Amino acid sequence: MNRLNRDQLAARVAADIPEGAYVNLGIGAPTLVANYLPKDREIFLHSENGLLGMGPAPGAGEEDPDLINAGKQPVTLLRGGCYFHHGDSFAMMRGGHLDICVLGAFQVSAAGDLANWHTGAPDAIPAVGGAMDLAIGAKRVLVMMDHVTKSGEPKIVPLCTYPLTAVTCVARIYTDLAVIDVTARGLAVVQMVEGLLFEQLQRMTGAPLARICGGG
Amino acid sequence: MIGGFGTAGMPSELIDALIEQGAKNLTVVNNNAGNGDTGLAALLKTRRVRKIVCSYPRQADSWVFDGLYKEGQIELELVPQGNLACRIEAAGAGLGAIFTPTGYGTLLAQGKETRAIEGKNYVLELPIKADFALIKADRADRWGNLIYRKAARNFGPIMARAAACTIVQVREVVPLGALDPESIVTPGIFVRRVVRVAASERAAA
Repeated sequence: MNRLNRDQLAARVAADIPEGAYVNLGIGAPTLVANYLPKDREIFLHSENGLLGMGPAPGAGEEDPDLINAGKQPVTLLRGGCYFHHGDSFAMMRGGHLDICVLGAFQVSAAGDLANWHTGAPDAIPAVGGAMDLAIGAKRVLVMMDHVTKSGEPKIVPLCTYPLTAVTCVARIYTDLAVIDVTARGLAVVQMVEGLLFEQLQRMTGAPLARICGGG
Repeated sequence: MIGGFGTAGMPSELIDALIEQGAKNLTVVNNNAGNGDTGLAALLKTRRVRKIVCSYPRQADSWVFDGLYKEGQIELELVPQGNLACRIEAAGAGLGAIFTPTGYGTLLAQGKETRAIEGKNYVLELPIKADFALIKADRADRWGNLIYRKAARNFGPIMARAAACTIVQVREVVPLGALDPESIVTPGIFVRRVVRVAASERAAA
């Protein structure tokens, strides 16, 4: 089977982001989605530290320490972009003004609960940032992650065992193996990578899947 | 309260002055818990901060905080970033509390009052106010009106409103009338003191 690599997964997510969408890409792998947004669509990237209309990384020597993204990397502002304070920035999330956010995850439950901020390990220093605000605020929460952990355990689970970021917030899960919708009736497989059988996918998933796509 | 998101908007010279001034037993509100060994990290290093209220303490370069936390030398109140912002806003606006959807059903809402309003669940959170806010802006006039620079604005405008005494470091102080009234971000009523720290002094510091 043809597992997607990180860039292919980012491109797969990017293909689903529509013209005119206001989008926040979480720290880490979701940031890669920006590299694959279709050039013919006008998409507005929001960065929680106070940017709308965020552009790509600046050229060498053009970095500005006052112009960074949520991951504290240097970025640029597109023509028409703007700056605002944290009150406004989180009103954009919490107030339901963002169309889409893309987040990484440790676990997603069958009901769409998300765990992505804390492993719960006693010696870990917890850090949450804006993850909880994004998860409850964006109209559509997309998760991108590996289908299973490094040791082969499912990351899609009946109930999250890691501390939750938010309850029933995830709309769609993109993994290196499949695209899965979280619906009122459970998890529904929208797409699978070539060469993967539905039964194989089900064995790597901790909750029942329904099949709504062809193939496999 | 100390402004900034990472080092963007961090009032490093005001923090250095606070270290020199020597106040102890401080509670600090900031989005992070210091980067490298300067600014907020330098303040933490003096062990005069009893408690930090922040959303994202753990970073690649937060070794000063990490060490203190592991030794049990500093108390951490972890607050989701948007709740940090709206609790600060609530203090500045004189509100008694807010109901926020962020954090509902999570560890960070444990033991807190919740309420369903029009079918949606919320957590009661209290305002965060401060005796002092130290923030950084780009330009100020004699009345304390402020404008900021790019994404360094972050917590400045909301912290300025939430403290009894707001002290601002700016790159430039301009005459009254030089700031476009349509573009002023923080009205001077929220600002008590302005200190000019020119870019060249910053580079030398």
